[in-house]
Amino acid sequence: MSQITYREAVRMALRESMAADERVFLMGEDVGRYGGSYACSMGLLEEFGEARIRDTPLSESGFVGAGIGAALVGMKPIVEVMTVNFSLLALDQIINNAATLRHMSGGQVSVPIVIRMSTGAGKQLAAQHSHSWEGFYTHVPGLKVMSPATVVDARGMLLAALDDPDPVIIFEHAGLYNRKGEMPDPPPKVDLSTARVAREGTDVTLITHGGCLWRTLEAAQALAEQGVSAEVLDLRVLRPLDWQSVFDSVAKTHRAVIVDEGWKSWGFSAEVSARIAEDAFWMLDAPVRRVAGVEVPIPYPTHLEQASIPQAGQVVQAALQAVGRG
Amino acid sequence: MTTEAITQQLLELLVELAPEFETSEIEHDEDLREQLDIDSMDFHQLAARIYEVFGVDIPEAERVELTTVERCVAYIGAHRT
Amino acid sequence: MPSLGADMEHGTLVEWMVEPGQQVTKGDLIAVIETDKGAIEVEVWSTGTVEQLCVDVGVEAEIGTVLARIREPGDPPAEATAPTPASTEAEKPKPAPTPAPSTVPAAAPPTAAGRASPWARHLASQRGVSLSGVAGTGPDGAIIGVDVPQAKATPARAKGSDLDAMRRAVARAMAKSKREIPHYYLSTEVDMTPTLAWLSRTNAALPPPERLLPALLLIRAAAKAAREVPQLNGFWRDDQLEMADAVHIGVAVALRGGGLVAPALHDADSKPLPALMAALSDLVRRARRGRLRGSEMTDATLTTTSMGDRGVERVDGVIYPPQVAIVGFGRITERPWVVDGAVVPRQGMTVSLAGDHRAHDGHLGARYLSVLCEHLRNPEAL
Repeated sequence: MSQITYREAVRMALRESMAADERVFLMGEDVGRYGGSYACSMGLLEEFGEARIRDTPLSESGFVGAGIGAALVGMKPIVEVMTVNFSLLALDQIINNAATLRHMSGGQVSVPIVIRMSTGAGKQLAAQHSHSWEGFYTHVPGLKVMSPATVVDARGMLLAALDDPDPVIIFEHAGLYNRKGEMPDPPPKVDLSTARVAREGTDVTLITHGGCLWRTLEAAQALAEQGVSAEVLDLRVLRPLDWQSVFDSVAKTHRAVIVDEGWKSWGFSAEVSARIAEDAFWMLDAPVRRVAGVEVPIPYPTHLEQASIPQAGQVVQAALQAVGRG
Repeated sequence: MTTEAITQQLLELLVELAPEFETSEIEHDEDLREQLDIDSMDFHQLAARIYEVFGVDIPEAERVELTTVERCVAYIGAHRT
Repeated sequence: MPSLGADMEHGTLVEWMVEPGQQVTKGDLIAVIETDKGAIEVEVWSTGTVEQLCVDVGVEAEIGTVLARIREPGDPPAEATAPTPASTEAEKPKPAPTPAPSTVPAAAPPTAAGRASPWARHLASQRGVSLSGVAGTGPDGAIIGVDVPQAKATPARAKGSDLDAMRRAVARAMAKSKREIPHYYLSTEVDMTPTLAWLSRTNAALPPPERLLPALLLIRAAAKAAREVPQLNGFWRDDQLEMADAVHIGVAVALRGGGLVAPALHDADSKPLPALMAALSDLVRRARRGRLRGSEMTDATLTTTSMGDRGVERVDGVIYPPQVAIVGFGRITERPWVVDGAVVPRQGMTVSLAGDHRAHDGHLGARYLSVLCEHLRNPEAL
């Protein structure tokens, strides 16, 4: 068992996958000489060479498209889009090509591409660079969407994604790269299908993923001190979401609070809430609550930025309301 | 009217007062008050019904003695005209 | 749904005795309602036409729920919808529209359940229990899963009444009485010899079904005394004594199997004795069968309890709130009595009074007992 950072876990996966399979290569802006804008590929250019660690031009549409092309002919590209904010420029490639070519070709081709993107707010990168687009990508049939929150998942989900014959989008919250976590020895394999109970509880289920997991666990601890036993569910897999785990937890606690950094309206938390209402209605003792991003372009000053994304205190409040003590 | 007929009729009147009993469950030689948990109001009603059914008037003073089915039947039998 | 007792919270409609369109007169029996204390026949208090029966047979409703609408002569015909406050929104035009709270749709049947969560409804349905009257511990007082009562052990009920529920109801009432009413106690002994002699003579001349019971004379004496000392005949409500116009004696009746009710014998002071005796017999019979009327459950102004049959010398009763007194009669026994300096055997009885010290004091209570005994000693005037 060792303590490593999330970033180191990603790098582990990159190194392991490229060492094991010649078809795997990494491409993206500043991944080579610079070592990656978040240092995930630091040292890999020296280790694997220019053919396998490819710096791309500043053109998301272009290099994501190139990655799709490489995947179509049998390579296993890991395309690093520097941040999810820049992926907007590659939407047509991702949605109309990567997600859809298997369908449109009647199964003749598949696109085994892995697209890694950093996501979220909290680094004072302001409105255009602080988006949470999980809700957007999970909306698209043909894509798989992952949100690793732990070092184990940061490594394991990338490796598992490379085994998947279809496009997998991996969201890495920018605030997690420095976070240390326990990596067992040997590091475990993980699946791309199940949610994980990060903390067991009986009074209310807190449903979350990625960067919000840690704040939610803080909230659960604070709730425990107030006599409310909160179960924390780390979704891990956003599409296809493990609904059974969600319903099982709600069946146990009868109350749900969804925590997601994306804007509240018309997004990810709305889908989870709607599904619970559709399929776990009779389990509920309280309306489903959501703690999500405030409907504003993310501000630059720290205090405003923090005020516009979910905080532990808000999760505590929502949970207390759900149990009737708010 | 035979003693058996009087007894049967009386038992039915008693079951009117205490409907959770069957006629076969009532002991003939045990105290009625204790068996059936009936009070003076019930006895009053019973006396009224005995009068209606048998034409026998049981004055208050003599009611005290009629504590069992057997005694009631004997009284009724002796006083029927 | 009438409140037929201090602690009644809900009742189940088990039978409608009228139909829409039927003419009813004040006092007619209109429905049968099942409560903790048994099945009660409910009278209607208006005269008119039954317009709408609002609650279905088998439905349990909280007290205050509208059960039926009667159109009295002169009323305009109403729309047959459930009463939702649609009119309030039209009356108050607000400058800034506030988000409307979610309201029950107009077509919803007026059932009792307070807001209950889906999980609570699911459990209630599984267990076959009702949510009406259940206290909610969820958000905004909603009923949630943990509030749902467990399934009843046996669905079968005792004849006409659920004795466990009745015992609980009695327990609640008695506990409340002891908690809230400052009881004081008085007693006296009365020579019943002349009374019993009079009764014997009177009954000798009557056919058995018409004969009078000693119990009747006790009730009558208590009622007449209540006329003369009215502070013991009424209700303690809102920190004051409301003296009642009529004297309706609550007759404590022990039910077979262990329940207890004290239904009202109306106008016990003034109804002619033969009629009162018939009414008493009928009341006790119906009490034991669980077929009392609504007014009988609520109208008693003063209660008497007689333990003579059980061989008890003296009864110190517990007052039934909101009444302010209860009279107890013990067993009539032969006991030594001093008359003109000599000790003679007499038929003596102990009469006791428990009174609510908020409404009146021992002085008045003593006077009441004195008057009551005087009435007993003059049975021909009863």
